[in-house]
Amino acid sequence: MTQVAQPRPANKRAQISAPTFRTDNWRLSPILTVLGLAGFVGYATFRSFQQDHYWVELYHYLTPFYSPCLSATCEPGSAVFGTLPWAFPWFMPFAAATLPFLLLFRLTCYYYRKAYYRAIWQAPTACAVREPHRSYSGETRFPLLGQNLHRYFFWIAGAIAVLNTYDALVALFHGHNGGFGIGLGNLILLANVVLLWCYTLSCHSCRHAFGGRLRSFSRHPVRYWMWTQISRLNTRHMQFAWITLGSLVLTDLYVALLSSGVITDLRFFN
Amino acid sequence: MSKASFRIWRGDAGEGRLVDYTVEVNEGEVVLDVLHRLQATQAPDLAVRWNCKAGKCGSCSVEINGRPRLACMTRMNLFGPDDVITVTPIRTFPVIRDLVTDVSYNYTKARQIPSFTPDPRVKPGEMRMRQVDVERSQEFRKCIECFLCNTVCHVIRDHEENTEHFSGPRYLMRVAELEMHPEDTADRRMIAQDDFGLGYCNITKCCTEVCPEHIKITDNALIPLKERVASRRYDPVVWLGSKIGRRPAKDTPKVPNT
Repeated sequence: MTQVAQPRPANKRAQISAPTFRTDNWRLSPILTVLGLAGFVGYATFRSFQQDHYWVELYHYLTPFYSPCLSATCEPGSAVFGTLPWAFPWFMPFAAATLPFLLLFRLTCYYYRKAYYRAIWQAPTACAVREPHRSYSGETRFPLLGQNLHRYFFWIAGAIAVLNTYDALVALFHGHNGGFGIGLGNLILLANVVLLWCYTLSCHSCRHAFGGRLRSFSRHPVRYWMWTQISRLNTRHMQFAWITLGSLVLTDLYVALLSSGVITDLRFFN
Repeated sequence: MSKASFRIWRGDAGEGRLVDYTVEVNEGEVVLDVLHRLQATQAPDLAVRWNCKAGKCGSCSVEINGRPRLACMTRMNLFGPDDVITVTPIRTFPVIRDLVTDVSYNYTKARQIPSFTPDPRVKPGEMRMRQVDVERSQEFRKCIECFLCNTVCHVIRDHEENTEHFSGPRYLMRVAELEMHPEDTADRRMIAQDDFGLGYCNITKCCTEVCPEHIKITDNALIPLKERVASRRYDPVVWLGSKIGRRPAKDTPKVPNT
């Protein structure tokens, strides 16, 4: 039997000029994202370059924005690893060895990428809303190919989290009269460190490194267990990304207010 | 019983317009029910693709008030009494007529993926998989191929020129599923980047948002695949390992003539 070729439909999408027919408030999320990110970047930039009010000598509180303090002008006791032999100029943060890597860790983070691609670069602003760009190459070209280095920034961020943990623990052994003591500042430093660990360990690269890259879980039960635990955290990676921005600001602000004498630390023990 | 206002895209070969209808709605109905009532009462020539009416066949994908959805799973009580409900065909694929689109692009992309490649030394019936390994890819096998993820993905939705080089979330997820299979021996990481366009994905998670099966496409398939590709292609330590023979690469090519 001879088959009669059916005429193929013209290969054309529906010509619809409206950028979207969405009726919900799809602009709200990108606006809030921009405000949140801009607020943090503004605060962090100001504080990183302020070069003051970062250390409370009495209780050994060091803000995470200045850890480790490396300038020769760092206040005595604030430099865990000692200082470099010269004073940093005004445009160089005292924690110049760590802040760029923390910035890169967050900049290449899979959650923040979603946030700024949507809210700032508008690719797309919201789902099913036409984006304004004429062409699109995604992460196929330099410099966005660099996003693939996220795994390295994860390991560096992990090392910096160890340092922040040390800072928080050391402060516990500098009570008002020497020795062990707990104040509100200690609790804030500790809570911040716990949240930083949650954010760092919930990272997608961490999930990959500790088990995700395996083809077979059953042959690697320990790594499967680690992958399972990290996956639990990973489902809240976005929440930890935002919470840690807030906890970093809160921790730094508390230390800055204490250091400048505006408030005094609330002590629970010693 | 109440009345609802609908605006439905009518046309073919890409040319068309939104047509207004007022139609009866009963309690418990979904958008597909209302489209069927429209066919029965006012627009007998309205083209709608549908099949199971249970959210399992993936046929009735349309855009309802701008959001890619299954018409059979969108309840009418989501909308207020004064809302005008706009229904358009899924925008990424060519229109055949009214709300029916030509999704053959997806099947072309599916054919390009090297299929499951077990070790040839394993004889039929010898292969065993543990539950933990089954569970991992089980999530991806929930896919009903409604192609809502591919239609919402801005890489091809807003840039038609990328369709040749990008397989969309649905088929990148398929690549990820095969790459996570413990008995598979092929290595699709290079072609995932070069031929299936994983690098175009900027992980904005719209595919996950619209998936009616609630598959975590981005977190569990695309990002893990990106990490695997980074290991194969962009990680200098792994690259060095391959050069000194520790991890020799054996990339599987795309299926030819597809």
